[in-house]
Formats: sequence, structure tokens, C-alpha cells
Amino acid sequence: MTLPPRLRKFLVLSPPLIWVVLFMFVPYTILFVFSFWVQQYPTFAPAFQMGNYIELFRDPQYLQTLVRTIKIAALVSVFSLLLAYPYAYFLVFKVRRPGIRLALYMAVVAPLWVSYLLRAYTWKTILGTTGILNSFLISTGVLTEPSPVFLYNQVAMVLTLTYVFIPFMVMPIYAALEKIPPSLLEASADLGMGRSASFFRITLPLSITGVVAGFTMTFCLAFGDFIAAYLVGGPDGMMISNVIATQFGASLNWPLGSALALVMLVIVLTIISASDRFERLGQGKFA
Amino acid sequence: MTLQDITTAGPATLPKSSARNVAKIIDRWVWIGIASLILAFLYIPIAVLVAYSFNDSRSLSWPMSGFTLDWYRKLAENEQLIVAVQNSLYVAVCATSLTLAIGVPAALALDRLSFPGKGVFRKLVLLPIALPGIITGISMLILFRLIGFGLSLETVIIGHATALLAVVVTQVYARLQRLPKSLEEASADLGASGLQTFFMVTLPNIKTAVMGAGILSFTLSFDEIPVTFFLTGRDNTLPMYIWSTMRRGLTPEINAVGAVIVAASILLIFISVQLQRKQAIPATKSRS
Repeated sequence: MTLPPRLRKFLVLSPPLIWVVLFMFVPYTILFVFSFWVQQYPTFAPAFQMGNYIELFRDPQYLQTLVRTIKIAALVSVFSLLLAYPYAYFLVFKVRRPGIRLALYMAVVAPLWVSYLLRAYTWKTILGTTGILNSFLISTGVLTEPSPVFLYNQVAMVLTLTYVFIPFMVMPIYAALEKIPPSLLEASADLGMGRSASFFRITLPLSITGVVAGFTMTFCLAFGDFIAAYLVGGPDGMMISNVIATQFGASLNWPLGSALALVMLVIVLTIISASDRFERLGQGKFA
Repeated sequence: MTLQDITTAGPATLPKSSARNVAKIIDRWVWIGIASLILAFLYIPIAVLVAYSFNDSRSLSWPMSGFTLDWYRKLAENEQLIVAVQNSLYVAVCATSLTLAIGVPAALALDRLSFPGKGVFRKLVLLPIALPGIITGISMLILFRLIGFGLSLETVIIGHATALLAVVVTQVYARLQRLPKSLEEASADLGASGLQTFFMVTLPNIKTAVMGAGILSFTLSFDEIPVTFFLTGRDNTLPMYIWSTMRRGLTPEINAVGAVIVAASILLIFISVQLQRKQAIPATKSRS
């Protein structure tokens, strides 16, 4: 029995289409609509007003949290890049045996399979006042009493989030470096260019799309994170997601939370589309 | 050829000076040092996590006091934890099946069909990869609340399946693009129906990608917090249970859970590497 092509197309297409409309398109639309509603304790009422958005700009705590979140996410991306680039470069250009290269690549990607929550938790046990780092420093005589400076601040946030998300920086940079034809570097050496000149004029420009992809990925993941702040951030390390979660929990102001989520969504989408545009630009230039 | 070959290759008759050899050795050890530092940064915390699950003390501090398996015994006796593991398995199995059932046709549609609104469809499907989980979580929470649907493990499953769709679609789509259309055309020419072609030609060729996507979805669902946080009712999944325990205080029992998860992850990584190896073989065969 052969189905007419139109019916077949309909059968393939309808389950994902229905799902995407029902559980993605509709909820995002509702989120948008909800951000204009008003809170009427203990629930909320339909309305169309900009009050929630005005509130976000009037109360400085929201803007401060937003700026802090962007700062932490940017630092996470920068530190991930500083660690990931040399590592990927080492794998592609310095490790000769493919087996070892694959093993070292997997060694960086593998932690992604280990629970994110537990990887963040480990840093809490290491950095805490009674934690492993403090007791270690006391037992070696570096400190005389436990120091609270390691945990519950932005440094702990950047450290933990860099640790958690660094594989997302290594993967695209590795992919970009691997694609560079060795002949280009041979030609460059033959023409008398030094190593650093070859790096800055050939390797780096050709791998920049990987850097941008990794930057986008780590930034967006860190920007949206709301687990690390509860574990290692403390009040000083609260992220925009934590404020949203509070609006949907204790504060019970869903419309304001929706407005915040929408601001977050717009920022993430702007970064993704900018990165996409850059990538397409890059492909046009180097392909 | 590596950069090292290139930079050190010269005319064969030129004798290598010893200064050059020293520079080469230094260069090599500097690189090995950098790589070791990064690997230490990645693995020391995991080693600490596992090591303290065997430590004979309640406090997580240096020096370690002695070896014990008590924390594992406590795990085995912890009924709430066992229920949480069962819930997580249920959620991960259902969410993975569901997301595969929707994601594979979605990837097929994106690769082989043209239809109005395809661009928007693609964007929506792929959005959750970069979108913070919290946005998926709260937007579905509002939806369920408005239609009066009570929160339960089932709402968590729907949330996970939606968030993981992007993972399945990207993996399967990438494989489909490498699969020549001529195979399916031949199958149709020889009189196979659409379903026969799918199950006997297309599916066997994308099998490893589908399985890989399934394992990845399972792991991600098993570990998921942001969506679960907003969509679960009274029932706890494993990460939610661990999280609520953590917020009450740190105990080596959590380290023991962690060590078990690390062991399970190693097993899953091993399986997925085997799968990748298998998928590499047909690719080289078809080239020859």
C-alpha cells in the first residue's frame, strides 16, 4: 500500500508540528502576554499595561542584577576561552597520535556527562569556610584560621561556572582548528613567516568562528544559570534567573517574573543572532 | 602533518643544532604543562567528590580521616533517595522516548520536506539549545496553570521532551544530511512504501545517530533541574532530591551519590564512544 505523498508528508510533519506549536509557540506567546498582566494578590489579573517593565527599570535591584549577570557570564566566557584555546591548539597541532588526541579530547568533553549539580556542589565543599581548601591551607600553615573569602562571592561563581561550561568552549574551537589545512601553515613557513606571525595571521583568523561559537554558548549557559548562585554565589552572586525564580516562588509575582524572563530572552536571542550573522560573514570570507 | 613537523622540517643535510633541540624540548614540555593544568582543573574536583565519599568523617575537610563504606550503606537504606532514583528513571525513559518519537520526524521534515513556515519551525525547534532552561520551565508552568493541568512527573516529562528536542533534531539532522537521497529513491523505485523505506532503508542508516541522541537525552533528562524545578508537583527527581538535601547541609552521603553517578557516567561515555566508532566504519567504507 502506498500512501499519496501529500498524506505521507502530513503524517511525518504533524506530530512535531503539533508538539512545537502546543508546547513551544503557545507557552512563549503566553509568557509574552503574561508580562503585561498585573499582580492582584494572591493571583494575577489580565491587563495590558507596561507596569512590569517600568518596575524593572525603576527599581535598581533588577538592573544591578542584570548587569552583574552579564558581567559574570562574560568573565566565564573569557576565562573559558583563555583555558580552552591553548588546550585545543595543543591537541590539534602538537599531539601527533590520533588515538591520544581523541582520548585527550574526550577527557575534556566527558565531564559534561557527570551531573552538573554535583560538579557545582564539589566546589561548594572545596571552597566553604569549613571546606577542603580552608582546612588544607590551615594544615599546611598558610592560614591560621578559616577564611570565608573563597565561597559566596562572584569569584566563586566565575570559577564554578567556568569549570562547568568549559567543554562548550573547547568543542567548537577544536572543530575550527582541525579544519585548517596544514598546507596553509606549510606555505606560510615556506614564505618565511615566523611562528607567531603564522599564528596571528592564519591560525587565529581561521579559528575565530569557533571562538565566537564557544563564546556564545558559554555566555548563554552562564547567563541563564540559576543553580550555581544558590550553591556558591550567595547574595552577592545572585543571577537574573534567581530573581525570576523568586518571582515565581516566594514573591508570587508571575507577571513581573514573565517580564524579566522576556528581557532575558531578548538578550539571549540578540547574542545568538549576532553570532549567527558573524558566522555567515566568516564563511563568506574564508570559504 | 603537525605544526611541529612544519616548523622543524628543514633540508635533510642541515645538522640540527643542539640549541634548537633544547628549544624543541622546552616547547614540548610547556605545552604538556598547560594541558596538564587544564586536565587537573577539570579532574581534581571530581576526584575530591569521589574521595570524600569514602571518608570516615561527617565533615568534609582536610586531612581525610579514614576509609569507610558507611555512606554507601546509608544510601542503600535511604528510601526517599530510592524513590527519587525511580522517579528520575521513569522521567528520563519517557522523556527520551517521547523526544525521539517527535525529534526524528522533525529532523526528517527539516531535511527532506519543504513546507510553509519551515524557517520558523526550525528556529523554534532549535531554540532550547541556547535558551536558558528556566524560560522553558516558567512558560510551560504558566501554560499548565492556565489550562488547569496539575503538576506531576508527567508535566516534567513533557517539559524535558520539549527542552531535549533540539538535541535529537541536531544530531539526527546532521546524519540525514550525510545520507545520500539516492538510497531512498531507489527503495521507492523498487516499490517500497514510505513506511517500508523508512524502517528498512532510512532508519538502519541513522540508527547510531538516533541511539547516540537517545543516550545523550537520557543523561540530560536524568540530570535536569531548571525545567523540573518549575514543573514538578510533590514528586522529586534525583537531582531535585539531591538539591533539597544540599540546601539543608553538606554530607558525605551526597558525595556517595556523586561517586555512583560518576561511575554510571563512565559507563555511558564508554557506550557512546563505541557507538561513534561504529558509525565511523560505514563512513570510511562508503568512501573506498
